[in-house]
Amino acid sequence: MQSVMNNMKKMLVRSVLIAFLLPGAALAASTSNWPMEPMEPNLQDLPSLQNGWRLYVNYCLGCHSLEYQRYERTADDLGVPHEIALEQLVFTGQKIGEHMTTAMQPELAKEWFGAPPPDLTMVARTRGEEWLYNYLKTFYIDESRPFGVNNKVFPNVGMPNVLVELQGVQRSACMQMPKLAANGGEMRDPLTGAPVTEERCGQLVVDEGTGQLSAEEFDQAIYDIANFLYYTGEPSRLERHRTGVYVILFLVILYVFTFLLGREFQKDVK
Amino acid sequence: MAEQSAGPGNSGKMEKAWGEFMGWVDERFPLTETFEYHMSKYYAPKNFNFWYYFGVLSMVVLVIQLLTGIWLTMSYSPATAFASVEYIMRDVEYGWLLRYLHSTGASAFFVVVYLHMFRGMMYGSYRKPRELLWIIGMAIFAVLIIEGFAGYLLPWGNMSFWAGQVIVSLVGAIPVIGPDLMEWVRGDFLMSDITLNRFFALHVVALPLILVMLVFVHIVALHHVGSNNPDGVEIKKNKDENGIPLDGIQFHPYYTIGHDLPAIVMFLIFFCAVVFFAPEMGGYFIEKPNFEAANPLKTPEHIAPVWYYTPFYAMLRAATFPLFGIPAKFWGFVVMAGAIVIPFALPWLDRSPVKSIRYKGMISKFMLGLFVVTFFVLGYLGTIAPSDTATLIAQIGTAIYFAYFMLMPWYTRVEKTKPVPDRITTSH
Repeated sequence: MQSVMNNMKKMLVRSVLIAFLLPGAALAASTSNWPMEPMEPNLQDLPSLQNGWRLYVNYCLGCHSLEYQRYERTADDLGVPHEIALEQLVFTGQKIGEHMTTAMQPELAKEWFGAPPPDLTMVARTRGEEWLYNYLKTFYIDESRPFGVNNKVFPNVGMPNVLVELQGVQRSACMQMPKLAANGGEMRDPLTGAPVTEERCGQLVVDEGTGQLSAEEFDQAIYDIANFLYYTGEPSRLERHRTGVYVILFLVILYVFTFLLGREFQKDVK
Repeated sequence: MAEQSAGPGNSGKMEKAWGEFMGWVDERFPLTETFEYHMSKYYAPKNFNFWYYFGVLSMVVLVIQLLTGIWLTMSYSPATAFASVEYIMRDVEYGWLLRYLHSTGASAFFVVVYLHMFRGMMYGSYRKPRELLWIIGMAIFAVLIIEGFAGYLLPWGNMSFWAGQVIVSLVGAIPVIGPDLMEWVRGDFLMSDITLNRFFALHVVALPLILVMLVFVHIVALHHVGSNNPDGVEIKKNKDENGIPLDGIQFHPYYTIGHDLPAIVMFLIFFCAVVFFAPEMGGYFIEKPNFEAANPLKTPEHIAPVWYYTPFYAMLRAATFPLFGIPAKFWGFVVMAGAIVIPFALPWLDRSPVKSIRYKGMISKFMLGLFVVTFFVLGYLGTIAPSDTATLIAQIGTAIYFAYFMLMPWYTRVEKTKPVPDRITTSH
């Protein structure tokens, strides 16, 4: 359902943009050339959203508020009972109906980071969920930066790598990578059949055994966070799609009747 | 209408009572007379085509905007502008729907109005005796531009703020009085809550009032002179013995139900498809930086107005050199304002003996086609970041835009036109 909606939406946007002769390149958010891994959000996947919420509250909310989103609405939409939400996810002593604000004081934050960490309620709408996923994945050790880390998607970002304990220490290194042939496949030695490799630098590698999660588990964790922020960007999205289907169906049926009615009148016009 | 199925006495009584009631009203207010004048005895040409939907669709969108606007105002507060929009999106029942109907409605308004204006240009609907009708319509367009701009500021997102900053600062480029005038417009030394509040007042009270009054006057003028048609033939010249135009048909019910009602539903299908499935329209209906609160310290990477202003924005940016010691910015403002004002003069620029493009010569057809292409190209250029090539193309585009109007007295007179038929040519 979700992916069908997304495809419909993309087709709609594309057809209208083509009709208006407008290309889609005007609003690119990121300035880096990092090859983005695709990330398809899924609002039907409640376990993913719940885990994303849990991770957000534990790793992000200390600095980044979600000041337009309420605990209660989130709990209701994500299928979390209020008691559990209050017990496990509200660390600030707030009531269930309150906004997810941060306890960090903006003046102090400015002193520590140079700028107060932005509110992230709608970060998926400004940056895009795919950007978020890749951003969270590409922190690497860079001693020249104040927090000792840099980012491939957001170069020189002023944020520490808060997920380091999950991901482990990641470095930007030179690696032997399979060389690609002109046809796009992996190049192989014509005699031995062994893959031909070349050294490529700027590749990200995690020091083995430094993170609590495996690579796959970590990818799932940051997928869940990005998915959760996609939800907070517009919590009514699913309702919008559901309602939309009925509205369009109603209008199509109404059109048939108004068309037939109109035709009866047009018959009189000679 | 009077079907006597069950209880003829009863329905006869009902009808009599209704007749008496209407009689009572009509003695005190010209209700039946007004309805007949504007609807059931208003004769419109029989040969309206696809292009004649966009007038009524403009009215439909106006109603959508007024209704959703009233309900949005119940929850919007300029004091907490950005947060109150998110409050509407999250906490207000169906607030997201009201907001998306209104934001999509803004774009839809310009879509239908541009098509409506193009229809007028194509079929010469501005020619005598419809000069005032055209001027009132252009006034509606001008007010709509300001209304849209004022509304765009209200979410107080970062693009609202910076677009407001750019446009208001244009006033400051006017020689001598500019800086003081800009301060007067903003009500402050910089873009602030005071500015936002006054644009709120303009957007929800002053401008809609003017808009509705102008639309009313537009229709009064239209029904006085009668509708033009794709042939540009005056149907009032050929009347039957009862004084009814031979090529005319009662507006109601033949156009209201026979022609417009299905079209309105079809329009709503497209409109709702956007509202429910792509309200941001890939960043063209709601721009991405506008999901960030206004921040005077953080300029968006690329400031672009919403798509419906981009042709004019491209012309604004096309002025790149100072003249007479006045900076280029002011000349850009002059060019942009000129681009909006010059179509007002269309009724006097067109010297062709015929009205409709169907009977005009090759040059008129070519110029109108070129004008449309140029308008799209300028619209595109207004969305992208400026570059030397883009600026050059925008300058050529601006020249073509103005040439379409300025050269019209010449090319409409010298070209060879086709003979206009006495009666309309129907495809029915």
